[in-house]
Amino acid sequence: MTLLEVRGLDAGYGDFQALFGIDVNVAEGETLAMIGANGAGKTTFLRVLAGQVPAWAGSIMFDGTDIAHVKAHRRVGLGIALVPEGRMLFGSLTVRENLIIGAHAGRAGRWNLDTVLDVFPLIRPLLDRPSHVLSGGEQQSVAIGRALMSNPRLILLDEVSLGLAPVVVKSLYEALPALSEGGATVLLVEQDIGQALEVASRLVCLLEGRVSLEGKPDGVARSDITAAYFGLPAGSGSEASS
Amino acid sequence: MEWLNAIVQGIMLGGLFALFATGLSLAFGVMRFVNLAHGDLAILGAFVAVSVISATGLNPFVSLVIVVPVMLAAGYALQLGAFNFTISPDPLPSILVTFGLGIVIQNVLLETYSADSRGLDVGSIEIESIRVTDAIAIGWIPLITLVVAVAVLGALQLVLSRTSLGRAFRAVSDDPPTARLMGINDRNLYAVAMGIAFATVAVAGVFLGIRQSFGPLDGPAQLLYAFEAVVIGGLGSVWGTLVGGLLLGVAHTVGGQFEVTYGYGSGPLVGHLVFLVVLATRPSGLLGRRAE
Repeated sequence: MTLLEVRGLDAGYGDFQALFGIDVNVAEGETLAMIGANGAGKTTFLRVLAGQVPAWAGSIMFDGTDIAHVKAHRRVGLGIALVPEGRMLFGSLTVRENLIIGAHAGRAGRWNLDTVLDVFPLIRPLLDRPSHVLSGGEQQSVAIGRALMSNPRLILLDEVSLGLAPVVVKSLYEALPALSEGGATVLLVEQDIGQALEVASRLVCLLEGRVSLEGKPDGVARSDITAAYFGLPAGSGSEASS
Repeated sequence: MEWLNAIVQGIMLGGLFALFATGLSLAFGVMRFVNLAHGDLAILGAFVAVSVISATGLNPFVSLVIVVPVMLAAGYALQLGAFNFTISPDPLPSILVTFGLGIVIQNVLLETYSADSRGLDVGSIEIESIRVTDAIAIGWIPLITLVVAVAVLGALQLVLSRTSLGRAFRAVSDDPPTARLMGINDRNLYAVAMGIAFATVAVAGVFLGIRQSFGPLDGPAQLLYAFEAVVIGGLGSVWGTLVGGLLLGVAHTVGGQFEVTYGYGSGPLVGHLVFLVVLATRPSGLLGRRAE
């Protein structure tokens, strides 16, 4: 069943258009990796889905309802949660409060403080600390946990690996299957293609605000991904990636 | 003993300053909103009490049961209907709008109640006091004002630190766009904050009216003291607001000791000097978070 159906989506900032007629489907339960170079429009796409950036044109059907003009704070109750780039924890709140506030307007479901801490046990001893004293990896765990607290049907992960040590990224990615098992559909934006393809059931590549490639990780040649990622002519990706 | 008495009386006066500053501090803390009509709103609260008392014959203290909800509703509605449209990284729109609102309030009060000074009569308790020593007596009204100020600020601190509403206030204060991602309707939350700010300033206005006479044009002076208390204590800090109010009150009464030598006005002058010293040496206030 299709959970999210985006058609002809245009969006941008001021006079700058970042997305051009994006068409993307996300099926319920799948993990979709959206890859692309810096400035390809990945983060903008997620921010449009979360309601932080308005859609200029097109439709965003979520579970059969067009949410293109639904305000950001109402989308949480519908089941959309964004883990923003840079984590964006609330500095004046403790770790526990950061997690609890994720459930402020969320839905009922399996995710609560205990189940989130089961997935991210390392943050259990940090619950009463201010969030700004945590390491980057700990902050990212809290940010993902905070999103889970709303019991989302669709969780949008924006560059979870950004600025983190490889070992930390590895542990975060090991936690991602638990999100799907918990019933959430995952839309993952990443620059780290290898990491993203390990967990994704499908991938979409953006190039300069347009979809340049779509398929299953095991059904698309690495050279085609490279070509779509850098905007090279089809078939030339193997040279570029070698 | 005179100096000790001045300090004790200053602490009592500081309770009133802290009450005035509470709403200003909350509005700034939650939404970085500078309300230049704050003093006029206190006077408006006092005049609403005048009308309530005139219509019902209630004691001024009891009139708060009507005045506070009325002002709370007014604050909520005004934020939703007007102030929300001025909130932006640029503070100028809110400053201009609230400056204009202050002028409107003053003139409406002049038209409605005339320029005559008024007072809120609570009976003999106004002049009764507790004699601590031969040289020190604490008036019941200043004492009640201080207790109410501590209670209001304590309740506000409890709300901010222990409730879901308080968490939402702090989250919105930190980062409104991310707060929206938590399902928080920041615009509605701002209205709730302004409603609480109006309610607290109404309490301050009524206590001002009980303590001294007031007129339609007295708002700006109250705004000045409220601002000074907030800045001394630390913008957005609840207990800082109390500390700021108390310190300003003590500065006023201690400075008042020089009035025999230097004439009327030395009390407020010392208050302004304390404000300037704090602003120059610790711009974030005594209990405010230092800018990072």
